[in-house]
Amino acid sequence: MTDTQTRPAGESYQREDPRPERAGPDLPRLGLRGTLRFLWAQLTSMRTALVLLFALAVAAIPGSLVPQRKISPIRVDDFLEQHPTLGPIYDHVGLFSVYSSPWFSAVYLLLFVSLVGCIVPRVNVYAKALRAQPPRTPRHLGRLPAYARTELVADGPAGAGTADDVLDRAVTELRRRRYRVRVVEDATGRSVAAERGYLREAGNLVFHVSLLFLLLGVAVGALWGYRGSSVVIVGQGFSNSVTQYDDLTAGGWFKASSLEPFNVVVKDFQVRFEYGPVQTGAARLFKADVAVTDAPGEPTESKVLEVNHPLHIDGSTVHLIGHGYAPVVTVKDGKGDVAFSGPVVFLPQDGNFTSAGVIKVPDARPQRIALQGFFLPSTVVNANGAPASAFPDALNPELFVNVWAGPPAPETGKAENVYTLDTTGMTQVKGDDGAPLRVALKPKQGVTLPDGMGTVQLDGWSRWVKLQVGDSPGAPVALGAIAFAVAGLCLSLFVRPRRVWVRVGGRTPEEDGDTGPRVIEVGGLDRADARGGLTDDVDELADTLAGRSSDEKVTT
Amino acid sequence: MNYGYYSSAALVTSVVVYLLAFFAHAAEWATARQVPVADEAVERELVTAGAPSTGTTAPRGASAAAGADEGLADRRIEQFSRIGVTLTVAGFLLSLFGVVCRGLAAGRGPWGNMFEFTTTAMVFVVAAYLLMVWRAGLRWLGLPVTLLATVANGLAVTVFYVAVAPLVPALHSVWFLIHITAASISAAAFNVGGLLSILYIVKKRAEDRGRVSGYLARIPSSRRIDLITYRFHAFAFPLWTFTVAAGAIWAEYAWGRYWGWDPKETWALVTWVIYACYLHARSTAGWRGTKAAVIAIVGLASFWFNFIGVNLLVSGLHSYAGV
Repeated sequence: MTDTQTRPAGESYQREDPRPERAGPDLPRLGLRGTLRFLWAQLTSMRTALVLLFALAVAAIPGSLVPQRKISPIRVDDFLEQHPTLGPIYDHVGLFSVYSSPWFSAVYLLLFVSLVGCIVPRVNVYAKALRAQPPRTPRHLGRLPAYARTELVADGPAGAGTADDVLDRAVTELRRRRYRVRVVEDATGRSVAAERGYLREAGNLVFHVSLLFLLLGVAVGALWGYRGSSVVIVGQGFSNSVTQYDDLTAGGWFKASSLEPFNVVVKDFQVRFEYGPVQTGAARLFKADVAVTDAPGEPTESKVLEVNHPLHIDGSTVHLIGHGYAPVVTVKDGKGDVAFSGPVVFLPQDGNFTSAGVIKVPDARPQRIALQGFFLPSTVVNANGAPASAFPDALNPELFVNVWAGPPAPETGKAENVYTLDTTGMTQVKGDDGAPLRVALKPKQGVTLPDGMGTVQLDGWSRWVKLQVGDSPGAPVALGAIAFAVAGLCLSLFVRPRRVWVRVGGRTPEEDGDTGPRVIEVGGLDRADARGGLTDDVDELADTLAGRSSDEKVTT
Repeated sequence: MNYGYYSSAALVTSVVVYLLAFFAHAAEWATARQVPVADEAVERELVTAGAPSTGTTAPRGASAAAGADEGLADRRIEQFSRIGVTLTVAGFLLSLFGVVCRGLAAGRGPWGNMFEFTTTAMVFVVAAYLLMVWRAGLRWLGLPVTLLATVANGLAVTVFYVAVAPLVPALHSVWFLIHITAASISAAAFNVGGLLSILYIVKKRAEDRGRVSGYLARIPSSRRIDLITYRFHAFAFPLWTFTVAAGAIWAEYAWGRYWGWDPKETWALVTWVIYACYLHARSTAGWRGTKAAVIAIVGLASFWFNFIGVNLLVSGLHSYAGV
């Protein structure tokens, strides 16, 4: 970024406005253009960029400490519940959605504006510098940071050379070292000026421009991308249409019609957990065998879906991001009819897959029934005498539910949450002892409900997987941008721009006329302090030009 | 063969050896306190620091007319320094052996949890330091490096330790190798850079007060330290950029999004931005020198928080600490 020293405000005012209008004696006034120029200079200055970078770092922090709506909405709700005064204040200032909040957006947008404001003039400067010749030779090479002065070896391979021969050799030698070389003619005679390391600034510019493309890639993804998830019970399938998603977030310019009509059937899902003493219960394997149909009517392909190995179907990706248990339950109503039969998705609540869920049986007669409770894959009785799950795998599965019943309710057609129970119009069924009835079932066990309501049987259990389907259209742009950014960064940090000058002086005066050896002067200047070795290189060049091999070094 | 046992034994021993190396370097610094600093000696140190010297300080005493005492002290400083470096080499070999055995025991890259990452990163830190001792005469960095190695490996074998275990499915990826190796190498460079920044500030303060004495007089000028600091950061920053990018690519494979503001991701970005500040500050008038060094130290603090704080205090997708 440009290291602009902000100009005194009055200066631009005087240049912009020719009329010598008398204002306050010490308070120069800015016209509108002057003010804008001043603000622009401020915004694109390196100091402002530094402050904005700091602001970005600081602004990003709260999002990692306060739960975020987009990442963990449940924890946001918990937070709001636990902090009745602080919560709403946090909510108001956007602390639950930091990364889309106005203040966070303001910081990064200002940063990118500042970035543009610094890239544009620098590209111009660089374009000129690319065509420019190396600067002329300074009068006193000895004042440069690196300086070597040596005498041309009289009898060496280059001994007979004239000054021009030495300079020609310098040109060849420097070109070989990839310098841009110019032969300078001035009052002090001929000399050679050379410069290299133009790629440093190029890398710098590439890096900063890449950041703009990165932002572009992210923006494209945010506008056209979509991501949704769907819970699919093993044995069932998923078709890619909006209605099949449990949740779907999409960019503003995303069209539901652009969803590719593929279909995924989960044929089998294998999961393995750690049984050993170390990290007991940690997941070791998730593997789903799926059948994929690209579009209705097309042939079906068998594929394996694993974590880290998503499916790519027609530009969308399908990830396996979760799994859980679905107890298979059959409910017969008071008339002896099967009112419900099948697997019901229960949601895991902890690492040992204590799973909570609701089995709704609206069609049971004479009363509709609902069962609410937990499915424990590895049931043990804990210290409090309450059942708990001790392991994530299904070693000792058991279903614990409370029973609700009520008069049949008319179909409203309204969508309702399948994981929560609205008990309006229902009462909790009591047992013989008057306490709420608790039903505990192992697979293949059944129980008869009181008052002739019917029977409940746990037929078994099944697993479900959570599939995430999405498309991030800007990702290739972002990836390319970051690749260029890293490459540019390396150039801008590791290329060392360097200037070298070579001058051949007259013969050193000796008593018998000008027969002494010629003096070669080499001066060097590093324009960035990234690397060392300037002195060595300058010495080595001087020795080479003098026709001396590098091992017989001359101290200068 | 019980690799796991040998790994733990070697790593615990390395902590002790690093601690002894730290004591040796502490003795080196303490001995230097007793030596009065002649201006001439400072001058010569500055000159030799510029050249690729081997870090030897022996010839100084020989020519000094100040007397046998000073020569003796110089020899003792040199002796302690050599002991320190020798012990550091021993500690390094032990910890390298420990980390390799750990990898063999687990049958994978030994960086699947905090314990493994810390010990691996420390191998890189000490390797970088020893390389610099060998190539660029950075022996004067011995005290802070051995302190860091002792504390970090000490924490690893006590607080962070977990027994060998396979990885969760989310870590079964080629990016496990790429992302975390890059992270641990940049960690090493950032850590050495941070130590150098601290030394820079100390040295600069002493220089500004005109009272450079003791061991401080024997380390290069603040200007030179600043340059070396910059080189470490200039190496680490692109690598860290790559680390974050590689993490994003992996996240796209594992979780279906390349950036999701997970706490680890957020703090990686915060760290990146702070180091970007450092690089910009070094080329901004009024921010060079001590201010830039402070930014580098803040960057290192952010790096550590991302490693320790985010793993232990904040819940997120990168919860592989296993502590």
